[in-house]
Order: sequence, then C-alpha cells, then structure tokens
Amino acid sequence: MNHTHTSATSSMATSDRVARGLGYFSIGLGLLELASPRLVTRSLGMEGAETLVRAAGAREILTGLGALGVNPTPALWGRVAGDALDLATLASGLSADNPRQGNVKAAMAVVLGTAMVDAMAARALSERHVRPRHAHIADYSRCSGFSRPVEVMRGAASDFETPADMRADIGSGPRPTPVPIRLSDSDR
Amino acid sequence: MKALCWHGKNDIRYDTVPDPSIEDSRDAIVKVSSCAICGSDLHLYDHFIPGMEHGDIMGHEFMGEVVEVGADTKRLKVGDRVVVPFTIVCGECEQCRRGNFSVCERSNRNRELGDKAFGHATAGLFGYTHLTGGYAGGQAEYVRVPFADTTHVKVPDSLSDEQVLFLGDIFPTGWQAVVQCDVQPTDTVAIWGAGPVGQFCVRSAVLLGARQVVCIDRVPERLSMAAAGGAITIDFDEESVLERLKELTHGKGPEKCIDAVGLEAHATRSLDSMYDRAKQAVMLETDRPHVLREMIYVCRPAGVLSVPGVYGGLVDKLPFGALMNKGLTLRTGQTHVRRWTDDLLRRIEEGQIDPSFVITHTVGLEQGPDMYRVFRDKLDNCIKVVLKP
Repeated sequence: MNHTHTSATSSMATSDRVARGLGYFSIGLGLLELASPRLVTRSLGMEGAETLVRAAGAREILTGLGALGVNPTPALWGRVAGDALDLATLASGLSADNPRQGNVKAAMAVVLGTAMVDAMAARALSERHVRPRHAHIADYSRCSGFSRPVEVMRGAASDFETPADMRADIGSGPRPTPVPIRLSDSDR
Repeated sequence: MKALCWHGKNDIRYDTVPDPSIEDSRDAIVKVSSCAICGSDLHLYDHFIPGMEHGDIMGHEFMGEVVEVGADTKRLKVGDRVVVPFTIVCGECEQCRRGNFSVCERSNRNRELGDKAFGHATAGLFGYTHLTGGYAGGQAEYVRVPFADTTHVKVPDSLSDEQVLFLGDIFPTGWQAVVQCDVQPTDTVAIWGAGPVGQFCVRSAVLLGARQVVCIDRVPERLSMAAAGGAITIDFDEESVLERLKELTHGKGPEKCIDAVGLEAHATRSLDSMYDRAKQAVMLETDRPHVLREMIYVCRPAGVLSVPGVYGGLVDKLPFGALMNKGLTLRTGQTHVRRWTDDLLRRIEEGQIDPSFVITHTVGLEQGPDMYRVFRDKLDNCIKVVLKP
C-alpha cells in the first residue's frame, strides 16, 4: 500500500518553529514573573497581586517546557487558556483609580496579540501532528507475512536451536532435566 | 549526493552533501536502492539520545549495490547486491568471534566517547550518534561501509528489495528478542509495542512455536497487523494490561516478556508515565521506563525479560526488588545482526515469511523529512516507511 505525501525539505514547518519560539518566550517570561513579581505589579499599578503573578510565572514555565517537548500541541492550547486568564487578571487593573491604567491597556494588547499567535500555532499544530479523531483506520488483517495460515506456521522454525548463551536456563551443555521435588508424606 | 540530515530536535532535512569515498582499504561504497526509517531513528529525531551533530546523515536500515571497493576488500565486488546490517563489525575481535557483533571492539572509532558514556564502548553503528562512531547513515544516495567484507549480507536477485531490506535491522531485531526468550512450546510471550519491531517479534514468536503470543499497543492499525500475525491483542487505552494478561495466563503471568518500545513509552492512564514525562522535561531522567516496570511486575517468576527497545541513559523507579526476588532473567542489547541473517535469509527464500508485509508507505527520499513526522505521529495508518533514493 503506497501513499503520496507532500515533499518537504525540512521536517519542521513554520508552526513547529513558532511553537519553539513561544516555548523559549514562555520560559523567559515565566522566570521574570517568578523572580521579580513586584517589578510587574508596580509597572501595572497592581500592587498586592504578586502571588497571582508568581502563579502565572509557574504556569508560563510549565507550558513553555511543554512547547519545547516532542508534541507541543497540548502546551500551546494550554497557553491559549493561560492568555485568557491573564486578560481577565489584567482587566481588574483597568479601574479608574489606577494611575498606570495605560500600562495595563498596553499589556492587554500584548497578551491579546500573543493569544492570537498562540491560537493560530495551536490550531496549525493540531492539524499537522494530531491524529484526527475519526481518522480512517486501515485494515491490515491480511498482512500476516506468512504464506499459510498462522496456525500452520506456528512452530515452523522449530528446527532453530537456541544458542547456549541465550538459553532460559543459561547452560552451555544439554538442556537439564527438570528437578522433581520429593514430597514428604506429610505434604501429600 | 542527496541525504537526510539531522539539524536538531525534530529537524530532519533533505540536504545536498559530499559523496562518500573510500577512506580505508577495507571500505566499500554502496549505492542505496532502498532504505527505511526505523523506530529507533525517532529517538534521534526527538533528541532523546545525545551525540548527534548538525548535518549528520541519518539512517541505519538500507541496502543497495556495491559501486566501489577498497584494495583489501576480498569478499565483495562491484555489482554485488547487499543488505548492510546497522552494526559495523570487524569480524576478528574477541566479541565478534563470540557472535556478539553489536559490541564489536574495533568498529567504533570514537571509543573514548563510548567508554565515558557506557563504561565500555559498543560497536560502530551507521547514522546513530558520535557515541557509536559518528558514521554517516544510509538515508542517502551512497554510503561508505567500513569493514565491508564482514559488514554485509549478500542477497540474491530473485528476492525484491522489500523482501530483504529488513534483514539489516528490524527482522533480526525481532528475531533476537524472541530467541533471547528461549521460547518453549508451553510459553505465553507478551510483547509490548506493535511497531515494526513488535510486528517481527510477533511473527518470530509464532514461528518459534510459542503457545500464545500477546501484543500490547494502543494504535488500532498496528493492533490489526499484530493480530494478522497471530497475536492476541491488548489495547491499553481500552483495557487493563495487568488484568488481561492475568486472565490469559490463568493468573500466573506470561513466561516471556519483550519490550519493543524503549525509552519513549507512552501510557496515557498511568501515573508513572506522567512522573517520567515531568522528570524528563527538567532533565532529571533521560528515559521513560513504563514498559520495563510493567514487564517486571507481570512476568511469571523465573521468567525472561527481553529488551530490544532502545534505551539511552538513566531510568528511575525501576522495581529492581521485584526483578531480583522473582528471579527474572533480563536480556538486552543492540542486535547481533550478522549472527542471524544467513538463517533468516533462508527462511525468506523458503517462503516461511515475507518481511514486506510491514511496509505501509513507500516514497522518494526527498519526502523523508515529512515521513519522519508522519511515522512519529502515527498519522495516515503509517507503520513502516521505505524510502527510495
């Protein structure tokens, strides 16, 4: 059974490279949020929200590691959910008495932009790497490799002698006979 | 020439590279007619095994025609059609004389690296990191074959490439995995993984006369192919492996267990695999040994565990107490390919088995990069890919 695929010069597509970039970005941002949460809250006029920022940092590091993993798709969807959380958190900083309201709006614009990139990359990765839920399943029930039915082929290679170094009983000589256990009368 | 080259994690490219040449009088140059992507190539693709460098040519399952030989190559001549085993063997050292070809003492030209990593270096391998010699692989138009007199299997023209190509790796690998179990007619052999090697384990266990062969996986088309070869299948997403094996063996467990999965074990419902993934992500563990743990747990006391699946480094939380107290025998190793190929070639010629059953995709070499993704992600019902340079 032969199939045809689109020729590619590299196994990485743009979406794979974007996912990798997002992974590094995520880890960098997460480390910053973990190490200097006050820097973030002060610039946003949201003092007192340091724990939230630290939690967001931990989440960024986790999804960042995931995005650098073998299958970055779940991590990218995780980032999309995280972006929504960040937007909700930032929205609380839009109160009229926040002197840094402008910074909050700028931060929300950046998160929104990142969310769009995350969502597009996640969608592209899903299409590229994830097996469709209702994919056609090939029937390989005729691919036995044997010229005759399996039951006829069972033991067809019984002429093969296991080499001494691969015997289950690890012996180099003839296979030892099983040692019977002599039961005493009381055991019977 | 054109070749598939490694450029980092998940990045295989179809590159133009210099043609190989004779570097030693015992070399030969082979023009590749067919090559394949092996499951163990995926460990390099996913970068779980260190020692790859940018531009390294991939591939260790290939065959073709000899187009040039070195002055001291006696048993090969230009025009010979050969399958090239993935283990490079000198044929003269103490290990080669014992038939332990995968630990040949001379063919690894980076012995110091191998010694540092493993205590003692193993044989040189084609296209499989600088720990095993840094030799260019066979997913290319031409390959340099060192120790060519001993590192080849001559194949007759009467058999197609597809029938003999897998003599270079997956067929003898599946065979050795079962031979290491010393199968008896009363045995239940349980095989984890229904990828290409798992498929050959199933057929080898049937041919060697196992009473019952069980194959464990989660991919429907792979399970369908394993069943075609005579296996009772267990979909670990659908049912408990432990319960089903217990039921199939009247509570005693299989006598022989084979790990045809290796370091990238995937088990969606198990806590230990989540633990492994987390540790692997922060580089506290290199390999995910879920299958090893499960085999040790279910195997019948005094049974045999055989591990053809590739492991690269360090595993964690291995129940060694169970292994020791149950008196299990553990056999491992890269395949001593040349030890089995004469016998297996005869079995192919006699029609006992046609290894081409496992091929699901045949494409040009230029489509190789994309096929790495399709094979790794198990898309398009892919089980085994053959590439034509």
